Amino acid sequence: MKALEALFRELAGLFVEDGALALAIAAIVALAGISAALAPDVPITTGAILLFGCPGVLLMNVMRAGRR
Amino acid sequence: MIGGLHFGSAFTAAFLASLVEAVEALTIVLAVATVRGWRPAGLGAIGGLALLAAIVVALGPLLDYVPLHLLQLAIGVLLLLFGMRWLRKAILRAAGVVPLHDEAMAFASETAELREEERRYEAHLDWLAGLASFKAVLLEGLEVVFIVIAVSAGGGLLIPVSVAALAACLLVAAIGLAVHRPLARVPENTLKFAVGVMLSAFGMFWTGEGFGVVWPGADLAIVAFVALFLATGLAAVALLNRRKAAAVP
Repeated sequence: MKALEALFRELAGLFVEDGALALAIAAIVALAGISAALAPDVPITTGAILLFGCPGVLLMNVMRAGRR
Repeated sequence: MIGGLHFGSAFTAAFLASLVEAVEALTIVLAVATVRGWRPAGLGAIGGLALLAAIVVALGPLLDYVPLHLLQLAIGVLLLLFGMRWLRKAILRAAGVVPLHDEAMAFASETAELREEERRYEAHLDWLAGLASFKAVLLEGLEVVFIVIAVSAGGGLLIPVSVAALAACLLVAAIGLAVHRPLARVPENTLKFAVGVMLSAFGMFWTGEGFGVVWPGADLAIVAFVALFLATGLAAVALLNRRKAAAVP
């Protein structure tokens, strides 16, 4: 059981290492999803959210990590 | 031209990522072989490869039943999480915020751990050593399988991208068997930086496609996203270094 738990933890660790970054990415994707659902005729908005959001949250996250 | 660009970037991403994962798995397998011999190390590695093959054979065909937009979205989000995690780590290592990954040190640490277990559980050690080898191959291999599936998603590139990953793994295995040492000279962080940039770019592309975004230039947009993430990563390293230099009295 413990080995299984450790395996699942390792598997989750493939995608989530820093919880704050994972949450920020999830928030950007959720925003893009809301935009796609509310304005499907203006996909440029969804694209822009991803285009500016993803590099933006990465930059903010590493700068914060550097401060720690 | 555009198809070639997609193919080239998917092939390169899979090859480089597999190179990094194979080097990490090789370090553990070599440590097991050094402490307990090639039998448990080899059996563990073969067991890990067999389970990986079973996972691919069992789950691979299921992907055909998932609607394309849903598959693009799921893989895109997972690629964003995976790629940006690699890129974040590579940025922090390049800027000296966290120490660089050292294969020689990982080898020494794994060897010391196995020797300690040898002292405590002599009777079961072959089994434990084989398990360490099995786990390393399985976990690093799962990353390779994920990357192969993710970068080839929707593009019909599964076979060439798998060949790229297999070539990288065979190359590392051949060099490792020849030199019998962990491959400490592989510029792991540079590779991780490059792969993080490429996977993040693929992730953003597929997530957008999954939401119905028609990217200008179609596949060509991936190149622009690679440039965007590369510029962000390099800018972050420069900013962190400047801040560190300013903090030194």
